[in-house]
Amino acid sequence: MTTKAAATREALGPTLVRLRREGLDIVVVDADLGSSTTAREFGKVFPERFFAVGVAEQNMVNVAAGLAATGKTVFISTFAVFAPGRCFDQIRLGIAQPRQNVKLVGSHAGIITGEDGASAHAIDDLSLMLSLPGFRVIVPADVVEAEQAIEVAARTSGPFYVRCVRPKIPVIYDESHEFQLGKAHLTRPGKDVTVMAIGVMVWKALEAAELLAQQGIDCRVLNMASLKPLDVEAVLAAARETGAIVTAEDHLVHGGLASLVAQTLALHQPAPMAFIGMQDQYAVSGRWDQLLEHYGLTAEKIAEAARSVLARKKG
Amino acid sequence: MALYCHTLRHDPQNPQWPDRDRFILSKGHAAPAVYAVMAECGYLPVEELITLRKLGSCLEGHLVADSPPGVEMTSGSLGMGLSFSLGQALAARLDGKDYRVYCLLGDGDLNEGQTWEAAMASAHHQVDNLIAIIDYNRIQNDGFSDYSRYEDKSRPQRIAGWVSEEGHTVNIMALQPLEEKWRAFGWQVLETDGHDLSALIETLEKAKGTKGRPTVIIAHTVKGKGVSFMENNPAFHGKAPTPEQAEKALAELA
Ligand SMILES: Cc1ncc(C[n+]2csc(CCOP(=O)(O)OP(=O)(O)O)c2C)c(N)n1
Ligand SMILES: [Mg+2]
Repeated sequence: MTTKAAATREALGPTLVRLRREGLDIVVVDADLGSSTTAREFGKVFPERFFAVGVAEQNMVNVAAGLAATGKTVFISTFAVFAPGRCFDQIRLGIAQPRQNVKLVGSHAGIITGEDGASAHAIDDLSLMLSLPGFRVIVPADVVEAEQAIEVAARTSGPFYVRCVRPKIPVIYDESHEFQLGKAHLTRPGKDVTVMAIGVMVWKALEAAELLAQQGIDCRVLNMASLKPLDVEAVLAAARETGAIVTAEDHLVHGGLASLVAQTLALHQPAPMAFIGMQDQYAVSGRWDQLLEHYGLTAEKIAEAARSVLARKKG
Repeated sequence: MALYCHTLRHDPQNPQWPDRDRFILSKGHAAPAVYAVMAECGYLPVEELITLRKLGSCLEGHLVADSPPGVEMTSGSLGMGLSFSLGQALAARLDGKDYRVYCLLGDGDLNEGQTWEAAMASAHHQVDNLIAIIDYNRIQNDGFSDYSRYEDKSRPQRIAGWVSEEGHTVNIMALQPLEEKWRAFGWQVLETDGHDLSALIETLEKAKGTKGRPTVIIAHTVKGKGVSFMENNPAFHGKAPTPEQAEKALAELA
């Protein structure tokens, strides 16, 4: 892992500019947060393809759907609390049901949005987006993967949700990394226990694996960036081969990664599990690193959870 | 300030007083200003202001109801305040109480369709105990809401949301003609200079005397007023000044 740090949202604007230059029919609709989500970078270069609709997320979604219905690749972005949060019905009926070619980038997701407080912390956006049939849901772990995920979303027809974050987090991949839709990324091999993580928690999971290694525990780390479609094969293989599973996400433990993995294992390959994430509560204001500590989204807690599932493992 | 010190009927020692006037901040990101005025009035110790946005403080980044006691509504998602205010105005009528509800809206609130749903419903219910105040500075998150505030007229107005040399979005959402809009929605419309305290207080008094319909006060303001490098500069919407800038700003305001 390098010591570089970047916010995953930083990938949005520059990637859209590059893809338009490569000939994709991209347009952007913006709800007065383009400077924050970086989508405005696109507007600077292609002003005639950038539509400001003011702070009006519901309108943004259906305007995007209208543009997409004419064959364009439409990107919309705002804070993840406001879309899906503020315009879920518009997303469901306007984008999901008719399978419009709209890509929603929810930036500033999770409690790591920090000081702005609970009204700005999207901790339920994955529950909402995973509940929409046909929507692909991607949670990049770093800026390298974010750029790749945005490109895959742009080049693949149909609705996508890409979840990005505000603060600069460690860059864990180099250019050799390849994000694949429907595939988990084996970020660290291991045979005793598996931590499945998304977003900022992939970094924490890698740290946890280091801690566990010091105690002689061989921990596998799977980056589940492609939440939907989920890599069911990789999930079942982890349960079969390591027999103990921990999930880690900056999101409520219901409705997101934990629920998805638990449902998959319950059907095919039950295994002892533990869930790291927000436990049925809203967070408060604070520095993002302090919030992760405060709510137990840390390497130490993941390692502790890994030891507890190991103890419950059969044989 | 004008509200808390002159117009509002309230008691900092008894924030739950059922007959208090309500102040609703729809643009929840202005929480720090509300905390400062509340501290000045005695709702919380002035020393506590320094804990703003820190873990463990009751002073959250955006307003949270009852934190500290006296904050009426959780806000931070624009466009919800006027609906809540209408709810309180209807409750006052139902309970036979004579308190009033004052709701402060930003340009951003007026972009949201919900504000106009609430505007329509308020006139429909003829709530004359509801007074909305618009902080009409024509600056939002990314830049200038209107074309009008921006000097360079080289681009056609129909291009919405272009990015200026300085990096600000221009023409995010034109709000004019604002007065006509509110009037068409059935409101009494008053306008005032939002920086002239006595004019503001006078306008509020006039609003209080109105019967049969809600009143909106369009307060013309300049964002960052009084600080040369902040005035009408969108760069400071969501960014705190550096310590040097803060010192300079305080010196200019003194
Ligand atoms: C529903 C919603 N969408 C987006 C935002 C992000 N946001 C925070 S402040 C702001 C601009 C607000 O402009 P205005 O109301 O004019 O604020 P003021 O100039 O009074 O500070 C935006 C878009 C939000 N808070 N709520
Ligand atoms: Mg404004």
